[in-house]
Amino acid sequence: MNTLDLLGLDDLHSDEERQIRDVVRRLVDQRVRPFVRQWYEHGHAPIRELANEFGNIGLLGMHLEGYGCAGASAVSYGLACMELEAADSGVRSLVSVQGSLAMYAIWRYGSEEQKQQWLPGMAKGQYIGCFGLTEPDHGSDPASMSTRAYRNGDDWVLHGGKMWITNAPVADLAVVWARTEEGIRGFIVPMGTPGVSVREIDNKLSLRASSTGEIGLDDVRLPYDAVLPSIKGLKGPLSCLTEARYGIIWGSLGAARDCLETAIDYARTRTQFGRPIGGFQLTQAKLADMSLEFFKGYLLALHIGRQEHRTPEMVSAGKLNNVREALAIARTCRTILGANGISGEYPVLRHANNLESVLTYEGTSEIHQLVIGAKLTGLSAFS
Amino acid sequence: MKIVVLVKQVPDSGAERNLRAEDNTVDRASANNVINEMDEYALEEALRIQEAHGGSTVTVLTMGPERATESIRKALSMGPDGAVHVLDDALSGTDALGTSKVLAAALKRLEPDLVLCGAESTDARGQVLPHMLAERLGVAALTGARKLTVDGSQLTIERQTEEGYEVVTAATPAIVSVWDTINEPRYPSFKGIMAAKKKPVETLTLADLGVSADEAGWAGALTTVASHAKRPPRSAGVKVTDDGEGGTKLVEFLVSEKFV
Ligand SMILES: Cc1cc2nc3c(=O)[nH]c(=O)nc-3n(C[C@H](O)[C@H](O)[C@H](O)COP(=O)(O)OP(=O)(O)OC[C@H]3O[C@@H](n4cnc5c(N)ncnc54)[C@H](O)[C@@H]3O)c2cc1C
Repeated sequence: MNTLDLLGLDDLHSDEERQIRDVVRRLVDQRVRPFVRQWYEHGHAPIRELANEFGNIGLLGMHLEGYGCAGASAVSYGLACMELEAADSGVRSLVSVQGSLAMYAIWRYGSEEQKQQWLPGMAKGQYIGCFGLTEPDHGSDPASMSTRAYRNGDDWVLHGGKMWITNAPVADLAVVWARTEEGIRGFIVPMGTPGVSVREIDNKLSLRASSTGEIGLDDVRLPYDAVLPSIKGLKGPLSCLTEARYGIIWGSLGAARDCLETAIDYARTRTQFGRPIGGFQLTQAKLADMSLEFFKGYLLALHIGRQEHRTPEMVSAGKLNNVREALAIARTCRTILGANGISGEYPVLRHANNLESVLTYEGTSEIHQLVIGAKLTGLSAFS
Repeated sequence: MKIVVLVKQVPDSGAERNLRAEDNTVDRASANNVINEMDEYALEEALRIQEAHGGSTVTVLTMGPERATESIRKALSMGPDGAVHVLDDALSGTDALGTSKVLAAALKRLEPDLVLCGAESTDARGQVLPHMLAERLGVAALTGARKLTVDGSQLTIERQTEEGYEVVTAATPAIVSVWDTINEPRYPSFKGIMAAKKKPVETLTLADLGVSADEAGWAGALTTVASHAKRPPRSAGVKVTDDGEGGTKLVEFLVSEKFV
């Protein structure tokens, strides 16, 4: 951070925020960075061990209060996401899905019994959760989802399927959103329930250090108390997405920072035409422009993080800007590394590839443009 | 069991460290100051004893300037109950002997059953403090532990030596110094970090401890650093050309450097 902290951004943080960031950085340096290249190459990460390690320091659901969660501030959570994603977006995704999607849904909308049953174990990393909203035929438009849930006696029966679900292949439970007679509702589905099947999605060229799956729901019978009692309608899953998107505003900057640090280091040491390429005006212009976008993104993240009431529009603005700029930074850094830029020896193309997923999930850039556009014009593109 | 862990703030041993031209002391102002690494192992050991033996307390004891509070908070985030900070302008320039006098006075006040500390600090590397403290307090010194077992008031360590280890036992009260082979220190948890702010830190001056200003600091120092010079830059290594004798030469080199 030091070479990159020309604006003194560090001084905008409290000691507590910096300490939390430093602990995550240390953990990531020791337990993630030395191995992540191999995980990415093999398309397989030790998700369960990571969840345990992260749970031990309180990283999972860290911004939630009670039930074994640390209750840290939004900015601390953001800084943690940034450090995680500086190593790899896939590792940050594990934490986002666990804490901001699966745990948050239960914490915000679950019954007391559901919270007691699941949250402490999820905070420790003993239970891994996933969040099933997207379907094969319904991505940006979840309101039209085809997964159904209907009553059968006291029980619920779920039928349908979910696609592109992070953590699904390793999960113990899924928060599944389904259409009911009363609108869209959320269900806690233990993955061992008869009728639940999971297929790992392989062949990914992005986010390879994360586990992604398809969930089949074939007349899955659940007890009456599997439903999240306090929410009906699309605002349930959307409010969870706002939480996770907030983390991405910071996380994406982590990937950008790692690319920038790599490129600066490379530019200072790689010699062509008899001098370091970092001494050429064109290279410096790239580095200067990228660092500006990084600083602006950081201030935007911090501004949104310090809000008492984070509106979905604020989070859309942050996600749209920071992921887009992070991806542009990753690609430009890639050019500075020349051929080495495409090598797995350096993290840059891995970050760029990962950010392609980050650009798409949690609302594509276009969807966030439409959210902001609707607010600006009063005209919704969706209806 | 009442446990006190000695924690010292030192300049980061991973970065370049300098001595000040004016007084030949370590330049701490411009350094990145961290907890002495070995002390984290001592603290971890204390916390493990506390977890295994109900009713124990763990207190951190630090002697150092104002900015050492940063390291105290970091230590507290790992889980101990509270800290004592010996803070006094007159402490500047205190040597090992003086440090042992001040810390011994603080320890007499705290009356611990067990004092844990690192076997050395990365700045001075004297390894003398645990012995000095034991002498001043009249308690047993179990030094250089790679393993510590507590059975009631009976302490047993495996003292790490170059050849292997020695088993040494003593009864509490005692002081145990540890090497980094003893455990793997935990990461501070977020809850720990957040709780650390609210933990009690008692600040004591030399007067509070009944130590007069001329027994510490420059006035009380029995050792002085007369001068210092930068380590000379690395010289080029020895190049072995293999003319059939390469293997022998390599082995001879390794033997001469005591690697084998
Ligand atoms: C690695 C990875 C992990 C994921 N993890 C999860 C998860 O854990 N849980 C989960 O529920 N989902 C997850 N997703 C799914 C992700 O949220 C969806 O992919 C995303 O919402 C987009 O849906 P889609 O892929 O069906 O694209 P589509 O919705 O089909 O969109 C295709 C293109 O059309 C554009 N488009 C669509 N509608 C409009 C419009 N009205 N105006 C203009 N352009 C439009 C989109 O912006 C996009 O560019 C994950 C995806 C990936 C890649």
